[in-house]
Amino acid sequence: MRRREAVQAVADFFKEGYIVACNGFISRELFNVKDASRNFYVLGSMGLPSAIGLGLSLARPDKRIIVITGDGNQLMSLGTLATVGKTSPKNFVEVLLDNGCYETTGGQETSSSTTKFHDLARSAGFRHSEYVDSLDGLVAALEQHLNAEGPIFIHAKIEKEKACSPRTQMDPCKIKDRFMNALIES
Amino acid sequence: MDSKEFCRLLRDNGFDFFCGVPCSVLGQIIEYLSHNDDFQYVPATREDEALGIAVGAYMGGKKPVVLMQNSGLGNSIDALTSLVLLYKFPILLLVSWRGYEENDFPEHSLMGRYMQDFLRTMKIPTIVLSRDRLPRQIAESARIMKELETPVALVLKRGVLE
Repeated sequence: MRRREAVQAVADFFKEGYIVACNGFISRELFNVKDASRNFYVLGSMGLPSAIGLGLSLARPDKRIIVITGDGNQLMSLGTLATVGKTSPKNFVEVLLDNGCYETTGGQETSSSTTKFHDLARSAGFRHSEYVDSLDGLVAALEQHLNAEGPIFIHAKIEKEKACSPRTQMDPCKIKDRFMNALIES
Repeated sequence: MDSKEFCRLLRDNGFDFFCGVPCSVLGQIIEYLSHNDDFQYVPATREDEALGIAVGAYMGGKKPVVLMQNSGLGNSIDALTSLVLLYKFPILLLVSWRGYEENDFPEHSLMGRYMQDFLRTMKIPTIVLSRDRLPRQIAESARIMKELETPVALVLKRGVLE
């Protein structure tokens, strides 16, 4: 499964959901595949996308919140899995795209090959957690969990690939304002 | 003013979501927030995570406060520069001042000395809380945050709250 396909699948699936996309290639891919006011692009603050999604989930329990992050990003903040497990928001979904490397900075290896993220999430208290390694598997997992009670964790293995969409061309404050307006108006 | 009254003062100024990592100076505040249904307190594993949670809560319509020891300010620099300040999130930081006037354990001495420099360098408006002026200082923080779309740091020394 390619990164772009995975991002597209998640964006297509949660049409009513609010997506927090992590810094680096994942935000860039989402911006180019399917830019929407319901997307919050995290440009910096590596390690914090799941925390941002958690805060949103707690403040807006009436909305589905989806975090798309990467293996390197999650490894920087494994503790946040515990905070999600402890607070256990039913509307929280995290999809971790695992290519085993820091692709945005040139493909340096992460510790993902020896880390079972889906087991960590389950141990930390996520209600559902699973591993998928194909686009069909990801779509099936999304279908299964679309309306299920969270927190939900999907660990999706994707290919390494250097190519990526261009940078997210949007002012940070505009990203914020647009996202907040979309939440208020919904 | 005691910790309970201080929490109520924050709530009266619109702050309705609390998140952070403990410090003994903040202990009674966190104790009260955690065991009172009128307040929502989320225990974070790190101070930068607390800032991330606060950012999400803010976008969801809350007015968040992040509580931390000043040692946690060190953990927070990237979260502040590349998220909170970059996107202009008005979040209130309640930071305990360990190492104030070198009168603390050795691990607190350098951050105790440099904390205000870090905050000044990041251009985060900083108010050192004083027991005689608390209501005015909290109201002033709320005003600055709203007008300038900026985080504000409230610095709390041991002994300011009863």
